Amino acid sequence: MMELLEMEPLRLLIFLGGLIAFAALNAAYLVWLERKVAAHIQCRIGPKEVGPFGLLQPLVDGIKLMSKQLLVPNGVDPYLFKVAPLLVLVPAVMSFVVIPFGENLAARNIDLGLLMIFAFASVNVLGLLLGGWGSGNKYAVISAARAVSQNVAYEIPMLITVISLVMVTHTMNLNEIVKQQEGMFWNWYIFRLTASPLMPVAFLIFFICSLAETNRAPFDLGEAESELIAGYHTEYSGMGFGVFFMGEYANMVIGASLATVLFLGGWQSPFGIGSGWWWFLLKVYALIFCVMWVRWTYPRTTLWGLLNLSWKVLIPISLFNLLLTGATIKVVSYLFGA
Amino acid sequence: MNEPDCNPNQETFVINLGPQHPATHGVLRVKLTMDGEYIVHAEPVLGYIHRMHEKMGENRTWAQFLPNTARLDYLGALSYNHGYVQVVERAAGIEVPERAEYIRVITVELNRIASHLLWYGAFVLDLGGFTPLLYAFDDREHVLDLLESVTGARLTFCYFRFGGVYNDIDEPFITGTRAFIKRLRSRLPDYHNLVTKNIIMIKRLKEVGPISAEMCRRYGATGPVLRGSGVCYDVRKNEPYSVYPELDFDIPVYSECDSMARYMVRMDEIDQCLRIIEQALDKLPDGPVMAEKAPKIIKPPVGDYYGAVEAARGTFGIRVVSDGTNTPYRMKLRSPTFSNLSLFGEASRGMLLADALALMGSLDLVIPEIDR
Repeated sequence: MMELLEMEPLRLLIFLGGLIAFAALNAAYLVWLERKVAAHIQCRIGPKEVGPFGLLQPLVDGIKLMSKQLLVPNGVDPYLFKVAPLLVLVPAVMSFVVIPFGENLAARNIDLGLLMIFAFASVNVLGLLLGGWGSGNKYAVISAARAVSQNVAYEIPMLITVISLVMVTHTMNLNEIVKQQEGMFWNWYIFRLTASPLMPVAFLIFFICSLAETNRAPFDLGEAESELIAGYHTEYSGMGFGVFFMGEYANMVIGASLATVLFLGGWQSPFGIGSGWWWFLLKVYALIFCVMWVRWTYPRTTLWGLLNLSWKVLIPISLFNLLLTGATIKVVSYLFGA
Repeated sequence: MNEPDCNPNQETFVINLGPQHPATHGVLRVKLTMDGEYIVHAEPVLGYIHRMHEKMGENRTWAQFLPNTARLDYLGALSYNHGYVQVVERAAGIEVPERAEYIRVITVELNRIASHLLWYGAFVLDLGGFTPLLYAFDDREHVLDLLESVTGARLTFCYFRFGGVYNDIDEPFITGTRAFIKRLRSRLPDYHNLVTKNIIMIKRLKEVGPISAEMCRRYGATGPVLRGSGVCYDVRKNEPYSVYPELDFDIPVYSECDSMARYMVRMDEIDQCLRIIEQALDKLPDGPVMAEKAPKIIKPPVGDYYGAVEAARGTFGIRVVSDGTNTPYRMKLRSPTFSNLSLFGEASRGMLLADALALMGSLDLVIPEIDR
């Protein structure tokens, strides 16, 4: 097996297939999970008819979406309209390339992994913008404008938080970052108060920003159904809509994975023994559960409230955190010697 | 409608909110002139579900119009039943037995609770919170079960008759209602913890969508909209009818004039409804539920009659003109949400789209009642 993986083309093929399958499977079953979680929160049962516990429901939904006609309404820009869903999904799948699922389980272990994820995450918003613009629908255009201002506003505190973390880790290699958090759970960066006293706050900022980046409630202003019907995908149906949907869930997985890698020790076990990919998945899905929990509990904010939160609260706090991290590093290295 | 105060250099665009739109709860269409996300001018367009109820009333006998009254505001149908039978009874001089009046009050207040619960769910849904809707529907289901057991219907009730009610209430209904009162009282704190104290809700509702008492007066807005603007006006207290004078209840009034005030008025009203029902059940006298001398064919004497009741959404007024025959000569229905919606154009000017929709949700619109 190991020799096979050494062969470059084969390795490429295996990981490409694996990642796409992982993204698609996650998108499908996170929808199922979301419906089950929502049902549980609302004292309902949720999907139960198709297969045991409704487990085949995503399959049936997928077949339904794929068998639908690809409807391109009159008056849309057909090229932008068709390319937009892919622009949401492909960057999300690409980001999986550098995610270390386990110690030796990453498609590519590159030194600028963190940078690469953020580079691809910025492409995501382009997809929303083009989808909204290309639809030629006023609701979709309003939604696209909202999505862009939201993404711009939330990328800044997120990146500042990440910079303050990178100051501590000295590397952008995600695998290295996980390795630095080896041992008991207090070695995770979220609890490393010696690195920066505000680490838990940094995690919170990162989490809030990733909610906003992935357009999840309570920041789902792009698709605020009571105002904008379905936002940028109002005109989409069938698999065009399905791809947007897959992209949304893939982005959610990326956000949760990144939070796990940066703050929660990635594939490291909280007790120092038995580390492996299972811990990584457990943490990721626990975070995703929290994201769903938030969605089914809170009402939606307004665009103004959202931008105010970013510019007036999150950015100042994350800047202060950056300053404090720098100061802490200097003080610690002065006291204990570099 | 006022013309939009347009700046020629300002680039505006028009969007049609509805007649199919998730926030308009039916077939209301609002033509919005927008400047970015700001509303320059809003014009409600009605008529998509107009069924000529008034004309129908003039073409059928007095009793035949009864089912129509349930199809105006299908969420609070019993209040409309009540308004109509009351004005006809007054016209024809029919005495209603006291037990029947108590039953009317109990069922009307139960219906008001159901209506407010549905509004609560739908309103939070407008604001993007999905879960409270399901909780509210769970409780509303209990009310509908109770009302079904006595009226036979779950939505479009036609329970009242000229001179009383169609059916006496039984012991299971009374015990069920008492159990429901207990249940809802234990659930209301949950509602407040989940929604009222939620920081996002507070930010979206407090000081958003002001409607002054003066504006309410100009447009004739009534009900929780008016009481959220600091005016204590409730037909049940100001022009008492039925057995309301014998019951002890408060009229919740909030003077903040914002969406939060209207929200709080309705939430407090649920509490007051429970008080009313509890007292009415305690005081429920024995006796017939139908006036013995109620004529089979109603022919009120020639005259012009008006009666009003406090429906879940405001004052429902009904004016009938009788020419002494078995059909009304003229029937005019004054529905509360028609007036409440009319102020939306003025109140929403200059507001953000999201806030305007929160304002619209706080008006508690039921479209078939606006169009009639």
